[in-house]
Amino acid sequence: MDPEYLFSEAPRRQVFITGSEAVAEAVKRANVDIAIAYPITPQSESMHLVGDLYDQGYLKDYYRGENEFAVMAAVHGASLGGGRVFTATSGPGTLRAMEMFPVWAGSRQPVVCAFMCRGVSLPPSIQPENIEMAMLLDVGMLMFHAEDAQDFLDMILKAYAVAEQPDVHLPVGVFADGFFVTHTRSAVLLPPDDLKLAAYDPRRAPVPTFDMETPPIRLVRDPLLNKSNFISYAANASWHQEIAAAAERARKHIRRYMGGLLEVEDPAAVVFLAASGTAVSQSREAIKVLRAEGIRVGLIKIMSIRPFPVREIEAVTAHADLIVVPEFNIGGWLAREIKAAIDNNRRVVGGPRVFGGMTMPTELIVNEVRNALSRPGTRQPGMRAGI
Amino acid sequence: MTNKSRTFIRMSGLGGQGVVTAAHILGVAAVKDGLKCVVNPFFGAEKRLAPAESYVRIAADEIWERGEVLFPNIIMIFHPHVITLGKCYTMPFFAGLQRGGKIIINSDRPLDLREEELAQLKELGAEVYYVPATQTAVEAGGTALSSNIAMLGALLAVEALVSPEAIRDAIAERFGGGKFVASGTTAALDDVLKSKFDRLAQLIEKNMAVVAAAQGRVSKHHY
Repeated sequence: MDPEYLFSEAPRRQVFITGSEAVAEAVKRANVDIAIAYPITPQSESMHLVGDLYDQGYLKDYYRGENEFAVMAAVHGASLGGGRVFTATSGPGTLRAMEMFPVWAGSRQPVVCAFMCRGVSLPPSIQPENIEMAMLLDVGMLMFHAEDAQDFLDMILKAYAVAEQPDVHLPVGVFADGFFVTHTRSAVLLPPDDLKLAAYDPRRAPVPTFDMETPPIRLVRDPLLNKSNFISYAANASWHQEIAAAAERARKHIRRYMGGLLEVEDPAAVVFLAASGTAVSQSREAIKVLRAEGIRVGLIKIMSIRPFPVREIEAVTAHADLIVVPEFNIGGWLAREIKAAIDNNRRVVGGPRVFGGMTMPTELIVNEVRNALSRPGTRQPGMRAGI
Repeated sequence: MTNKSRTFIRMSGLGGQGVVTAAHILGVAAVKDGLKCVVNPFFGAEKRLAPAESYVRIAADEIWERGEVLFPNIIMIFHPHVITLGKCYTMPFFAGLQRGGKIIINSDRPLDLREEELAQLKELGAEVYYVPATQTAVEAGGTALSSNIAMLGALLAVEALVSPEAIRDAIAERFGGGKFVASGTTAALDDVLKSKFDRLAQLIEKNMAVVAAAQGRVSKHHY
């Protein structure tokens, strides 16, 4: 079956489910060979529900790893062996497993992992925030950020289609803000139960599949590092250029399957809210309020964080006076990315920011836009452009 | 954001009382009635008797907003300890209540609220209702585990947000359909419920009896 039929053409039915249930619905249709779980708090029900899918025969294998690092290493092995794999993690678990993410990218494995972003300690918070995404920006994996449960389902399915392209063949992290997506119940449109992605074909991979019964022990035992430092760094450097190039080549596949790396509403506006994840939903509410006050604000929803839609953002904001970037983390990584992408980046206002699990009230975004518009010399959008 | 065409509900209770399940059932019922709805819970590491909250947003138009409901129209307090022991994420328990909002408290007698709290509630034009939800659940349903369903009954009496038919269908779906697992703990509680009510049909009827009984036992507080 053509994956595009599953993604956008097949008739869908509406259900009222959580983001975690949406993950399981995606995995059910993704023809996954093996899923490995470390279901501990803070996580989500998703890997538990994926375990139920194994029980129902949707997966060939499923087990619980010893910890997050072990899980990420195990899915790597399963992927090297030619399987389509899935796992999920969250906040502190992501950090514990950190060493494996550049390894997935380095061995060019199309692992798909869901990240249910949560606060990282101390003091402990198991509530939503997405600072872990900042820590993963340069590990070599592709990163998609889901706004809601619908996105989460669709992006996981599409992640496999992008990840497994022979000219990409990289891991994809599909991120959603914990609780606001994972535990939130909302209307989701489901593709039919009896459709699934075609099986992963490891023969199309740009790297050889490992026969795990007779592993290529020379590779494992005699790494380049033991031969010569020069060979080691030369190989590492050139290989990482190739990983970066593969991520660039993913852009065309993301455009094909996801309709673009970002979405824009009201492109003629001169004031924008630019966001990813749950901050997009909160921005939509703020835009409604601002419009009711006669302030016209457009929306830039960034779906692909890696690769980052630099050219698209440049083009969309070429005529913009103000770009406000609300975020669910203290670092403001998205504002930094946008500032690095465009000229005259004083136009970018990084904020509001909430973290540690706080909700982002609509009023906070509305106030940020109002305050930014009251800066001396800022043109007033409501007066210049009708709604 | 708040607006007249929308109803935002904050349910505050203790872990194990079923605030998440009550929100789930109300949300499913709203969708069955053709409304837009978003439901989300907030809790820490799952443990019984710890504060737990869930939020229900119901509207005729699309709802994007997620997270805690900071400015509710309706606050449902599932246990007196939410107020008397401060087992609540928001202090006071009515923080953020919109003008003319409603509060439904599970208690078999009026709580001894502080003078200043009563004065604030009066100033807000808040309608405060009491319902002996746990007692009603035990009497009409045979188990205190249905206290959350009794709270939904009280909600219907105070504000007809959804139809009783939709509530019935949502209860049937929640306890009857699929292999839904909210968490290991919730699954265990569900099993307890299912063994108490040996047949699903009986479970639904008893829960609907709890809904009906609770509707009749709501009393309004007079300042």
